[in-house]
Amino acid sequence: MASYLRPIEVSEALAALAAGVVEGRPRVVVAGATDHYPARLGRVVDQEILDLSGLAGLREIREFDGGWWLPAGATWTDLVERPLPPWFDGLKRAARAVGGLQVQNRGTIVGNLCNASPAADGIPNLIALNAVVELASVRGTRRVPAAAFVTGNRQTVRAPDELVTGLFVPDPAVGDGLRAGSTFLKLGARAYLVISIAMVAAVLVRDARGRIISARMAVGACSVVAQRLWVLEAELVGRPLVPGIGNVVRPGHLAELAPIDDVRAPADYRREAAGVLVRRALEELAL
Amino acid sequence: MTAWISFSVNGRPVDLEVDPMRRLADVLRDDLGLTGTKIGCDAGDCGACTVRLNGSQVLACLVPVAQVAGAEVRTVEGLAVRGNGDSPREYGDLAALQRAFLDAGAAQCGICTPGMLLAADDLLDRTPAPTESEIQDALGGVLCRCTGYRKIVEAVTSIGREPITADPDPGPGRAVGARFPKVDGIERVAGTAVFGADAHPTETLVLRAVRSPHARARFTIGDLGPLHARHAGLVRVLTAADIPGQNRYGIYATGKDQPALAEGEVRHRGEAVCALVAEEGVLDAIDDAEVPIAWEPLPPIVEMDAALADGAPQLHAHAPGNVLVQGRVVRGGVDAAIAAAAVTAEIEIETSFVEHAYIEPEAGYARRVGDRIEVVVSTQTPYMDRDEVALILGIAPDRVRVVPTACGGGFGGKLDLSVHPLIATAAWLLDRPVRATWTRPESMAASPKRHPARISARAAADASGRLTAFRFHGDFDTGAYASWGPTVANRVPIHAPGPYAVPAVFATTRAIHTNNPPAGAFRGFGVPQAAIAHEALMDELAAQLGIDALEFRYRNALRVGAVTATGQVLRASAGLPACLDALRPHWARLRHEAQAWTADAAGRRDPRRRGVGIGAMWYGIGNTSITNPSTIELGVDRAGVVTLYSGAVDIGQGASTVLTQIAADALGVPADTVRLVTGDTDRTADAGKSSASRQTFVSGNAARLAAEDLRRQLLMLAEVGDDATLELGGGRAACTAPGRPPVTIDLAELPPIHLADGGDAPVLLGHGTYDPKTTPLDPDGQGDPYETYAFGAQVALVEVDVELGTTRVLRIVAAHDVGRAINPTQVEGQIHGGIAQGLGMALMEAYVPGRTENLHDYLIPTIGDVPEIACILIEDTEPAGPYGAKGVGEPALVPTAPAVLGAIHTATGARITRLPATPDRVREAIRAQAG
Repeated sequence: MASYLRPIEVSEALAALAAGVVEGRPRVVVAGATDHYPARLGRVVDQEILDLSGLAGLREIREFDGGWWLPAGATWTDLVERPLPPWFDGLKRAARAVGGLQVQNRGTIVGNLCNASPAADGIPNLIALNAVVELASVRGTRRVPAAAFVTGNRQTVRAPDELVTGLFVPDPAVGDGLRAGSTFLKLGARAYLVISIAMVAAVLVRDARGRIISARMAVGACSVVAQRLWVLEAELVGRPLVPGIGNVVRPGHLAELAPIDDVRAPADYRREAAGVLVRRALEELAL
Repeated sequence: MTAWISFSVNGRPVDLEVDPMRRLADVLRDDLGLTGTKIGCDAGDCGACTVRLNGSQVLACLVPVAQVAGAEVRTVEGLAVRGNGDSPREYGDLAALQRAFLDAGAAQCGICTPGMLLAADDLLDRTPAPTESEIQDALGGVLCRCTGYRKIVEAVTSIGREPITADPDPGPGRAVGARFPKVDGIERVAGTAVFGADAHPTETLVLRAVRSPHARARFTIGDLGPLHARHAGLVRVLTAADIPGQNRYGIYATGKDQPALAEGEVRHRGEAVCALVAEEGVLDAIDDAEVPIAWEPLPPIVEMDAALADGAPQLHAHAPGNVLVQGRVVRGGVDAAIAAAAVTAEIEIETSFVEHAYIEPEAGYARRVGDRIEVVVSTQTPYMDRDEVALILGIAPDRVRVVPTACGGGFGGKLDLSVHPLIATAAWLLDRPVRATWTRPESMAASPKRHPARISARAAADASGRLTAFRFHGDFDTGAYASWGPTVANRVPIHAPGPYAVPAVFATTRAIHTNNPPAGAFRGFGVPQAAIAHEALMDELAAQLGIDALEFRYRNALRVGAVTATGQVLRASAGLPACLDALRPHWARLRHEAQAWTADAAGRRDPRRRGVGIGAMWYGIGNTSITNPSTIELGVDRAGVVTLYSGAVDIGQGASTVLTQIAADALGVPADTVRLVTGDTDRTADAGKSSASRQTFVSGNAARLAAEDLRRQLLMLAEVGDDATLELGGGRAACTAPGRPPVTIDLAELPPIHLADGGDAPVLLGHGTYDPKTTPLDPDGQGDPYETYAFGAQVALVEVDVELGTTRVLRIVAAHDVGRAINPTQVEGQIHGGIAQGLGMALMEAYVPGRTENLHDYLIPTIGDVPEIACILIEDTEPAGPYGAKGVGEPALVPTAPAVLGAIHTATGARITRLPATPDRVREAIRAQAG
């Protein structure tokens, strides 16, 4: 018989997760529940639920340790409404593209990551931001880079007894005169409520002279897990961030993508479109 | 497990013992009876269930009720300013936002309206005077399939600004032509309209069909004993052997080919093989996989070519070679005319299955009442349903009563049986009420679709730009069962050359069976597909001749005196030239702007290009060459209250309102005093189906005749002439001839007329029956298939990103000859909605069985996809129409896709021939064009 738990303290939640593993009935974690129900439509559900929505102190996005802390309960709307530095612009743009406002009001940033859909709008941004995922369990706490957290289609490194308590996003521009900017471009076949055909997130840091000193770009919906563009990033470093920067992009930079053919688009188109988006993202940041 | 949860709904405290993970939507609807919150998909894709939670819009289908503990929930029932606890009954009871929706015509079927209202309510609290883009962002998570969103934007924009002009009290004789608000509108904006899933008797059993996961398979059902043993509340598992009468249904008397439950073999994915009937709540615990069905999958026929190949498996014995039916229209010598032509153009196009995607899934209940069965269901065609259910139960039609609920969108998809055969069978056998509501995936898998078409066409013209010949062949994938396939095959060749005078036509069609879902009726019956071909050819011929594309259409437009491909001479109301003339200034201006914009964009290396396209259409109103009658009655009771008895189902298009306006004017009373009884086969006569754009013309005529009959009876009793005015009320009818004192009839003294259900007792009843004048078609398709035709043309401005292949439609100007706009607001609403569906068909809609059975993989336009639309109403009076009216429901959709595709062509040089024009296809076409 399914049970339901909505604890107030994280310690209770961790204990329940641990107990679920011991009992052979790992608890399913629910926050905004916006991915939970659709995945179970028309199926008989008999699962132990751990509802995070009652946990104290897991909602407020706040400055922390030279960066920002996005706790497990923070919704997309919380993110949009919170004044944040410009390197969050890309993630904020993604926030406005996750479902409709109803989903943005309920769905969480962490939930989007944990659900680990190849088309998750948040994930390329979190990867480009070098976000660090904090996992807690009765066994202790560990931190995993967002890029390493997602391992496959709806697969993550989270153990069944672990809870993602939040994400730490470090300031990408620590140093004199450094400025970080970010953007996110999403391609879909309609205006709202659309699953991406391809998307790109970019975080660029430039120095006082306008030269790129670090570039992180990730492409989503074009491989099982959002993919960094390492070769391109390396080539960008040292270049002036000025209009025309997009011309740097060559097809070879997208070689690591592994797009699929599906009802939304064929693979070849996805790869080509991703290249266009990457180029445009760079141009946008050069303005 | 359950827990006690306390929260507040619309300011009232609620305390419930409930499963904490139960969806808020279910709690609101089933536990609290607040059925104003609608469920369209149960998966967060459609937004119909939008409510406010602590002020913020959320999807009630995705909220665990436990998370609502201590919170405030606001639903549509909480919006009205009066009627708290009581349903709002009058305009004055409604909130300003609801009134704006009503006045603007922002609610058509009304199923998305509560969600739209709550999303807008949230927005307006935060942003009192929102911009259009703020409105789009706020309402972007609610899908609407009827309105094309424009009137919703208009309604929200009006709040706190200029109120919307409506005419709720036009006065006697002035209802026709007035912007009269929907007669069934208050319940739609109040959320009190009762749709298919909104009400059922207590102690009702629940039915769920088990459907085939295979497109073609044999199967056997094993011992059901263990299943029953595991699930105590499982009352019955119905199989094909349980169908009491004939286990075959279908639209045509000669084409009853679809089983209510498959008999050992399924022909499409989603076909029902058995049905579980259980006590409330029991089915949730039964997995379909538990039902002992042994499948033997067989290779399915997926493509029409495979169906036509030698040795292909035959789906039905009556359709040799898998060809269900062929259509043919031949006039003049096409080959000679093509050989002699100055210019010719050819095209081949292919379209996809298109899903109706009404936001209300199929739903209803049935109950046995003695030796009769009552089926209360969301439908477009109660009388056809009645006759089909009678066959399935093996009883006489008069023992079946069909009561349509409010219909949350139909578009042709609710012309076929859905839940009816199984709930009727179960209720009949078990003698208990039985209900069913299809899930969204079930609705998409099991309901009929728009036919995919493969069309090849060739057109020819002389050097002066006159069309001389048109050759056309279209194959239509009608899927596993006939449904309305024959209608498509017969209607398409008639319309194939488009709205043009062409002396030589050779047009043929085939409806071909495959193991795809049945394709049936969908707004336009194949004509929208055909229009894509003929309009592309018009563009091409015009270009070859160096003639402006609008002017080319104008020269060739059917007009009064012209002869159609079936040899019919158009006697009146052929207003295409007027539509095109009205579009000329828009066409010129938009083209000029688009060219200038594109030149500028190219200069600044902007990858976007703009282009303008045009599409023209014609459409025969009503059934093709077959009898098509409608009967409407209008009564006055002893109190003097006038009641319209209309069997014409209002599926959101506004039939009830239009018929009320017509009847009121024909009788000579104020439209707002006419009461409405609609749909129920026991209480209203057969007005035919709500399809083929026929209700305004056919039932409108019947309503006019009924009102004239009633008026005649009243004037005769008063012994006054036809120029008298009428005043009804207070138990009296006062008839006043000009310059004479009123003659009063005491209505209470007249004997009541007892209607079938005994509930109404008019003392006088006017009857009206109308059947359009048509003739049968000969073997060459020659004859007069329709009494009247609608005409129209649209211009679309689009912007294409040539690097990504994405297309945005920026503006549409639509000119439609509707004969007479009985209700301009509703006509515009039909045009907007048709355009939105045409735009979806052009750019994004493709149903793929097993792949797009939900509303996030199957895309329909959102509020951000439908551009500003300007409607130009051309009123070229149809002498045979009620007050000159024709129809507009389907016509509005037909020219949109051709105009959009033409605009893409103008913008990029690429002609898209495979629909929808998704970004990858547009990109590919641009690449091919560039060489």
